[in-house]
Amino acid sequence: MTAVVVVCGVLLTVGAVLAVIRAEKGPSMLDRTIALDIVVTTMIAAVALYAAIERRTDVVPVLVVLSLVGFVGSVTIARFAAVEPEGEGRVRTREEIAAEAERMRAEDEAEGSRRTGRREGYDEHHGGGAEGEVRS
Amino acid sequence: MTQDQWTTVADVASAVCLLGGAFLAFAAGVGVLRFPDLLARMHAGTKPQVLGLALVLIGLALRLRSGGAVWALVLVAVFQMLTAPVAAHMVGRAGYRTGKVRSDLLVVDELTQDQERAQVRDHGRPDDDGPRD
Repeated sequence: MTAVVVVCGVLLTVGAVLAVIRAEKGPSMLDRTIALDIVVTTMIAAVALYAAIERRTDVVPVLVVLSLVGFVGSVTIARFAAVEPEGEGRVRTREEIAAEAERMRAEDEAEGSRRTGRREGYDEHHGGGAEGEVRS
Repeated sequence: MTQDQWTTVADVASAVCLLGGAFLAFAAGVGVLRFPDLLARMHAGTKPQVLGLALVLIGLALRLRSGGAVWALVLVAVFQMLTAPVAAHMVGRAGYRTGKVRSDLLVVDELTQDQERAQVRDHGRPDDDGPRD
């Protein structure tokens, strides 16, 4: 029985790791959904394997809950899947994130200096006053 | 046969079922990583969802051999068989509509053909611009 457990454990682990690699690579949300579906199924199999080794009946409700969770997750994501722009489903590199942060900061500053010209600058970061507000 | 022999037989059958289920989970991992597009990956992913899970649960039931737990396992298997097609349908439809299906890899694409025929019938011209829904 020990050999069976080891072999099953290795197969399940390798399968889950390969599915996680696919979830990381994408390229689309739906590919990730089915990869994570496989991870959940592998998890169910692993819990069942544990229950079989130890002859424990008290972990069987965990199997029911896990199968429910997997279904809800994949259906929810598929319901809201949309056409993604090119490059959207990709994890950005550190440089791209830094470039975007820089761009947003520059826009912020441009906005700030535009505001300071026509109004005293203390409230510029709080959204300023309301449009058409009557000031005493 | 005696009780002991039956126990051994059940344990061996359980081990075979568990091994089969684990192998299908491994095959799904390999398939989902190596296959080229969404539909092929879905095909690989459904192996452990139905047959693999059924094998693992049979293995577990043969090992537990107690009434209440086995009924809960039957519940898991039935529930999975009801929900896996629904989830696969949703994912496949969303994939087709968002253009994740590579039509150059398909042998038969009846949905596209039917949609084109319906388009010609309803509007008298093939729909050749933009994505269809």
